[in-house]
Amino acid sequence: MPTQAHEHIVKSYDEELKRLTGEITRMGELAVAQLESAMDALGKRDSRAAQRVVDNDDALDAHEREISQDVLRLLALRQPMARDLREILAALRIAADIERIGDYAGNVAKRSMVLNMSAPVPLAGGLAALATLAGELVREVMRAYAARDAELAHAVRERDAELDALYTGLFRELLTYMMEDARSITACTHLLFIAKNIERIGDHATNIAENIWFVVRGEPLVESRAKRDLTAG
Amino acid sequence: MIMMQENFRNSPRDAALHVPAGAGGAVAGDNVAAMPPVKISVRGLDFHYGKFHALKDISIDIPEKRVTAFIGPSGCGKSTLLRTFNRMFEIYPEQRAQGQIVVDGENILDSKEDIARVRAKIGMVFQKPTPFPMSIYENIAFGIRLYERLPKAEMDARVEQCLRQAALWDEVKDKLHQSGTSLSGGQQQRLCIARGVAIKPEILLLDEPCSALDPISTARVEELLKELVRDYTVVIVTHNMQQAARSSDYTAFMYLGELVEFGDTATIFTRPAKQQTEDYITGRFG
Repeated sequence: MPTQAHEHIVKSYDEELKRLTGEITRMGELAVAQLESAMDALGKRDSRAAQRVVDNDDALDAHEREISQDVLRLLALRQPMARDLREILAALRIAADIERIGDYAGNVAKRSMVLNMSAPVPLAGGLAALATLAGELVREVMRAYAARDAELAHAVRERDAELDALYTGLFRELLTYMMEDARSITACTHLLFIAKNIERIGDHATNIAENIWFVVRGEPLVESRAKRDLTAG
Repeated sequence: MIMMQENFRNSPRDAALHVPAGAGGAVAGDNVAAMPPVKISVRGLDFHYGKFHALKDISIDIPEKRVTAFIGPSGCGKSTLLRTFNRMFEIYPEQRAQGQIVVDGENILDSKEDIARVRAKIGMVFQKPTPFPMSIYENIAFGIRLYERLPKAEMDARVEQCLRQAALWDEVKDKLHQSGTSLSGGQQQRLCIARGVAIKPEILLLDEPCSALDPISTARVEELLKELVRDYTVVIVTHNMQQAARSSDYTAFMYLGELVEFGDTATIFTRPAKQQTEDYITGRFG
């Protein structure tokens, strides 16, 4: 498979592609920051900080719209071929995945505000670890994107199984709390949704990893992946 | 992306074409079983313009009743290769071809082959429309008369059929006896294609047939190729990569007289195997 060694004869084409890549990278950083802020607000029971996370989601949506516009323009005006085409197609898909990651971070923040309206419950221990791992996977996959490193992307995809395993453990832990004390059911249900949101972030990191593989290798990443989220049966 | 899939919708999956070792060719895909029959089989073809070595050990199998496009930068040999297919170079004493071009089991480079018979099998359309300075009707009938004697009614029907095949009939049916040169560029080119198919060739060679045409005329010619390929083997040389992508089933990339890569068009334009091909089709050529 050819590597990307040379620049385009038309320099402005390179600049447009670079701009697109830059947008994706910034969007990824923003999404990770959103997740971290949401978890921080949850831990500190800080509703105002949580509201800021919710408000910030507009910025991610705006980024995604901009990327869609750029992709449309590149397709129409440059008629990309081969790797350029895969780059541009992947940019559109990756932007959509990052936008969803941002939505999940926003949901975590929203639920934390609901939690703040009732008495504090001890946070399930695994939740912070789950969020840390999810944030790490997104950061890692964005590093793989910046370097167009298919192997690193593949490694990230494999690590999603760890996230699934953590989520399964957390699910059982929360279930135990609810059985022990029926008064905790409301709070624990919100925590369960939060955990599920974070687990979904890992799935989107996996999608991004698959897109990076497609850009670099020119073929889809199809081998089956171990699924460790056993809560659905 | 919908656009892309539309374009490649008709691309055959019979991807793997035989490019023998030594051609430097890469084979895309691995589905050998579905390969269409070969119409033109080129083996170890070398071509010289005097001392200049223009084609170097080219081997390629052109599939029957498919559109095959030759792409590559100026001077890469794609037009030269096309012109060897009907021995057009023979009128220039300093030009010579060595190797084999086998059409239907016969090596057409073999000087024992009757050149008129070779050319009757192979029609050619050039970059600039070249209608004869005679009526639209005569442009078509002229070539037919070289090979067949037809009564007037049959000749009329044949002329109409050719013009219909070239998607020109509706535009010229009321002025068949006007000069061919009075038509627009796009119409002239379609007239040349009608003339090319009039002698019922099996192979149609087109050398940059749309480079002098506007986009609408270009689209008509491309649409025409889709029709023609039901009956003919079509080989097109084009500088327009989008045209190759839109209208061909197979694409060959040539560079400096060598065949670099040959495969099904969808693969060449989405996932070429060679760096040189990638650089060329993405506009990176240095």
